[in-house]
Amino acid sequence: MSANRREFLRNGVLALGAAATGAGAASLARAQGGASTGGKVTALTVEGKLVEVDAPEGQTPARALGPGDPELRKGIPGRKFIMVIDLAKCDGCGECINSCSKMHFIPPDRQWIKVLRMQDSENAAPYFFPQPCYHCDNPPCTKVCPVDATFKREDGIVLIDNERCVGCRFCMAACPYQARSFNWGHPNDPAEALAQPYSPEYGYPRKTGTVEKCDFCPDMARQGKLPACVTGCPMGAIYYGDQNEDAVTNSLGKTQPLSRLLRDRAGYRQMEELGTEPRVYYLPPVNRQYPAPDETAKEG
Amino acid sequence: MSVSDNEQPTDPRQPPMSRVTSDVVATLKPLSRGEWWGVGALSAVVLWGAAMYVNQLRHGLSVTAMNDYFSWGVYIIDYIFLIGIGMAGTLMSAMLRLTGVKWRHPITRLAEAVTLVALLVAGPIVIVDMGRPDRFFHVLVYGRLQSPILWDVFSLMTYLAGSVLYLYLPMVPDMAILRDCEMAFPAWRRKLYKMMALGWRDTPRQKQRLHRCINIMAVVIIPVAVSLHTITAWIFGMTLRPGWHSSIIGPAFVVGAIYSGIAAVITVMALVRWRFKLEAYLTPDHFKKLSLLLLTMCLIYLYFTLNEYVGGAYASGGSESLYLSNMFQGPYTLQFWSMIMIGLLIPGLLIVMPWTRTIKGIVTASVLVNIGMWLMRYIIVVPTLSSPYMPLPLKVSLIYVPTLTEWSITAAAFSLMVLLFVLFAKLFPIISIWEIEADDAHAATPATTDSRQALGGSPCA
Repeated sequence: MSANRREFLRNGVLALGAAATGAGAASLARAQGGASTGGKVTALTVEGKLVEVDAPEGQTPARALGPGDPELRKGIPGRKFIMVIDLAKCDGCGECINSCSKMHFIPPDRQWIKVLRMQDSENAAPYFFPQPCYHCDNPPCTKVCPVDATFKREDGIVLIDNERCVGCRFCMAACPYQARSFNWGHPNDPAEALAQPYSPEYGYPRKTGTVEKCDFCPDMARQGKLPACVTGCPMGAIYYGDQNEDAVTNSLGKTQPLSRLLRDRAGYRQMEELGTEPRVYYLPPVNRQYPAPDETAKEG
Repeated sequence: MSVSDNEQPTDPRQPPMSRVTSDVVATLKPLSRGEWWGVGALSAVVLWGAAMYVNQLRHGLSVTAMNDYFSWGVYIIDYIFLIGIGMAGTLMSAMLRLTGVKWRHPITRLAEAVTLVALLVAGPIVIVDMGRPDRFFHVLVYGRLQSPILWDVFSLMTYLAGSVLYLYLPMVPDMAILRDCEMAFPAWRRKLYKMMALGWRDTPRQKQRLHRCINIMAVVIIPVAVSLHTITAWIFGMTLRPGWHSSIIGPAFVVGAIYSGIAAVITVMALVRWRFKLEAYLTPDHFKKLSLLLLTMCLIYLYFTLNEYVGGAYASGGSESLYLSNMFQGPYTLQFWSMIMIGLLIPGLLIVMPWTRTIKGIVTASVLVNIGMWLMRYIIVVPTLSSPYMPLPLKVSLIYVPTLTEWSITAAAFSLMVLLFVLFAKLFPIISIWEIEADDAHAATPATTDSRQALGGSPCA
């Protein structure tokens, strides 16, 4: 599968090389265990201090973890994954959906990242709005799960253990962003997906009667790589990174300080008033670099 | 708070088969040929539903009309409806008992039996809705106290256990009557009655203890019943969804449950009265008194509904506006206004007007309330799911039309409920013999000093 990914990434989108070798990727590489010294790992605290902590059993593995692994529910130590989506750059091409669906073998009836057409009011211009799972810091979905099948990790990621999920769909009702999908029938995963051991960190092979959603690609982060939607975006509209490092990177290999990006570009979160504290920020669609959705439709 | 009764211990050895006993024991006769046909038809519906469920197990929930937007559907609507019916029986019986209302005697057991059969069907309906029924035990193994679903599971189990106990306790003296009566029961049945009679001898001491137990259960069961509906409401109310995230949803579920539950009890009363020829016990007076209770609940529910929707209509925006306009004049107009008419206004009028406040009129109103309250639960579940906060991706249309599987399983659930009720009514006396006998004894001795009798009056006099 990783071979497939590599091949896909090589063929796929522009400037991946830059991302893989650039500063952003370097900042992500620590998840591979590169900074591990003996039984200790260097980690950055929320306050910005470097501390040494005990390394998990062996090292932080570069592979995705299975549902039984105790580290699965803790997440990648010292990390706080975060995403920034620049709406001024999104031209609604849908490449993020394609690369995400390809990587996660997502059936055509659902999308882990959607591209919505937004229009805040009648006289305001419409714009494209990529929407993954927001991996909320106050997630309404994990609160209501009766069996702890969907859980929030210390690295900020919200995942689903499909081997525990009972399929009550309370989390789907609770999510105000419609981020979750259900395997209503028997999944039809390709042989390539079925050949892999199941891991909640990539979400396949799918299980009948369970919920799935965007997983923020922790399996890629473990390999020091960016999520599929990020690398798939030809506009470099999606940034991903570590809040603890205050750095986010896009597909063009551009690494920016998170705090400055949000401050300078007036970053906001979708429906802040719900109090869900999303880990996905948006940069408003000002000075757009592409035609508005309706103009595109006219051209098409 | 004990129910006053005849303190003369009757000797159970030579039971003088009283009028009440013989009337009620007559209801335990085997089914007639016509009744067997009815049972056969209901069983066929249950079997058909079971076959559809097996098919659903094989193919997954894709055989339903649910999708990622309509993630809940008819099964959840059925669940709320069934526990609603299950509310009234026990709650009504407990409230009437605690307030010492005498006319309750012929209806409490029937009402409690309705509760029991409704709960017995409501539980499995939740499992039918689960994507992974094979993992139900995960709820026990990995159960998380933060989840309202877990509270609901506990509450349902507690209420079920409490209802069984509350139904059983006042049955003990009747079991003794059946144990000792001369009707030719098969051996296994007599053994069952003997076992369930728990050695009851009708001594003053036993009576006193029984009354105390019943009264404790009557007090305990009320908060449990209220909790079940409040918690079920919270499953909706604790989500960030327009139409669900509302402070009135808990009380509205409780009142709605009592409302539909009383309607169900009245409907069942009419059927029992007709099939079992118990006109002397289930009198027009009972129907009228219950209909006034029904009217009260109707008005309270109307008031809650007004608060919910009129307030929302005046001050709302975004998805909430979409949600309301979907009902007032959009895709759910028919269901919404039918619910208002069938569920609230027409039954209310039928009871308010004295010339329609007859058994026929009251039973018609009750049947309408039952249909209307099912629609009400549809209005609670579906329109909210079709008013998401986020705009829809292209090519997604929000229409939920339940499939044959969903309707079949719904029909099977209701048929199963009726079958379980018939089973109960054929195995046990559907009205309480000993309590009515006590009433008769009181009527025979008018010098009673029991002031509470004035509260309710005896319909059987």
